[in-house]
Amino acid sequence: MMALLKAEGIVRKFGGVVALDHLDLEVKPDEIVGLIGPNGSGKTTFFNVVTGIYGANEGRILFNGADITRASSRAVYNAGISRTFQRSRLSLPLSIFDNIMIGNHKRLHQGIWFNLMRRAAFKQEFEENYRAASALVEVFEPTLVKRMFDPVAGLPMIDRRRIEICRALINQPKLLLLDEPSAGMTHEETKALMDDILLVRGRNPGLTIIIVEHEMGVIERITDRCVVLNFGRKIAEGPYRQVAGDRQVQEAYLGAA
Amino acid sequence: MASAGSAKRVSLLPAVAALVLATAYLIALLGAEKQSYIIALLAAGIAAVLAAYWLKWFDPVSESFGEHEDTLGMLAVVAAFAVAAYFHDDHFVLLLVVTVILYTVATLGLNIQFGYAGVLNFAGASFFGIGAYTSAVLNAHTALPHLLVMLIGGLLAALIGSLLLLPVLRTRGHYAALVTIAFALLLKTFLEVNNVLGGPQGLQVKGMSLFGWSFNDNITIGGVDFSFYMSYFVLSMILLVASFVLVRRLERSWIGLNLDALRLDETASRCFGLDVERWKITAFTLGNFLIGIAGALFGMVGGFVAPNNYTFADSLILVSILLLGGIGNPWGLIVATIIVVVVPEKLQTIQEYRFFLYSALVIAVLLFRPEGLLPRPVRRYFPGWRP
Repeated sequence: MMALLKAEGIVRKFGGVVALDHLDLEVKPDEIVGLIGPNGSGKTTFFNVVTGIYGANEGRILFNGADITRASSRAVYNAGISRTFQRSRLSLPLSIFDNIMIGNHKRLHQGIWFNLMRRAAFKQEFEENYRAASALVEVFEPTLVKRMFDPVAGLPMIDRRRIEICRALINQPKLLLLDEPSAGMTHEETKALMDDILLVRGRNPGLTIIIVEHEMGVIERITDRCVVLNFGRKIAEGPYRQVAGDRQVQEAYLGAA
Repeated sequence: MASAGSAKRVSLLPAVAALVLATAYLIALLGAEKQSYIIALLAAGIAAVLAAYWLKWFDPVSESFGEHEDTLGMLAVVAAFAVAAYFHDDHFVLLLVVTVILYTVATLGLNIQFGYAGVLNFAGASFFGIGAYTSAVLNAHTALPHLLVMLIGGLLAALIGSLLLLPVLRTRGHYAALVTIAFALLLKTFLEVNNVLGGPQGLQVKGMSLFGWSFNDNITIGGVDFSFYMSYFVLSMILLVASFVLVRRLERSWIGLNLDALRLDETASRCFGLDVERWKITAFTLGNFLIGIAGALFGMVGGFVAPNNYTFADSLILVSILLLGGIGNPWGLIVATIIVVVVPEKLQTIQEYRFFLYSALVIAVLLFRPEGLLPRPVRRYFPGWRP
């Protein structure tokens, strides 16, 4: 089967630091791949290169067969890749609904005439999107549906994470990049969040996920396969149980014995 | 607001009462002549607002405002006409009212740029001036209809503003602000040395005439004399209502959401497909267009333009109105413009200290109420809408 995302020999340098060092990575449709490794091993950099925030110094990235190495963040999003951020990047003064709609950009009418003058048509689109956003939020936390027009600033961390994931899911992406969704949450909260993500995935078959995570329980439970990075290089690949027993991986995490 | 008691009907009464009181107060202030009386009136006004704030009387007012905004908007127009009718033969007061209206239109433009898209513009007065100079030149040398001249004033402001697009798009924050400051200084110097445009002495502007009817003649209807400023008042009100509705709809659309998103987090916006440049250009151009139209009409109202009327200091006044009123809240802009324009005019004793007053006011607001007098509420796409 053709890979959904294929990275070949990606190199990304910051000055003298090589953040990604000839990284090859392949993700097949419908897979959940865990991207793990010690702090600073290049996991988030990889997400940033894929989503066009950073360019790659070498190598190329194919998504659905198309070259997206030099594509802008916009083009990557339009091609069907959505992401969350390690440090939550919601727009805090805006409401839950507004934040989720930011993720739905490509499916909203952006014409000035439509937005300003055709208010009846706009209202219809608004109501459809309100229903879609509410239905999505309901999966994650039913009590938030009543607070759709409250500012996100007033929500606890766990709810902000949920909204961020809703923002990434609302446009029904083909590939979802989750950057440490468990950061700042307890074990139980993380478990509940993962269950919700799997539930949404069950309803939208074909959603492929790459997840960066330090919580190994999460990785073990939900991923089909793991890729381990260290100093920007891939040091192991395979099902979690296999890579967890790998000597190189243990050394990367714990230091050489 | 949305979460609190969605079944309960919100009464129209508190907002109407507040509007009536504010209108009565404004009429009293505009009509007052003696300095001691004006000072007492201002002190009483500040005390009343603080007391109402302390008693939490503003909560029901803003709730009822948010729920019935369309009705209250119409009532506010009626209130403005009531003020104008009360002073129907008073040139000075009507000129002041027209100034407030046109400054509000200009700050509405600034609000699109800075309040929504986060693009700082410290050359607001320059674009206002471009509009006014357009009227001066076109009214003197062409026979173009004056409404068209206003439109051209707006278009020219937008066009000249587009010269700044590249530097504004390529710089951020303070640096983008510096670009606009440099432009303001350049334009003033250009006007001063340019003899075709009257140099430092400026130009006379022919007053407006619409369909053969000159705005600079006094009007008599049914034995009652009206100041000639009454026609300008009506036209300015039409412009204000149109711009207000436009800005309101802009905020309550996906475009308003785009502008907020790119202001708050440009990188995240790009990751969700937002064309940051396109929307910054849209906001900057649309804002300058509104400022230019207001300036074109203001030139005809004043009858005179000179470089010194459109300096960097005047741009700062426009920005301080925005900070004072509540960035992003058009209703706040109206209140703030009234304060900034009317108070120094009525309080002649402080004339030369007016900049001191503005700066003190802005510092006080930033210290004690950083979101402005009327902070912007969360976006409600359709007021009163319930799921």
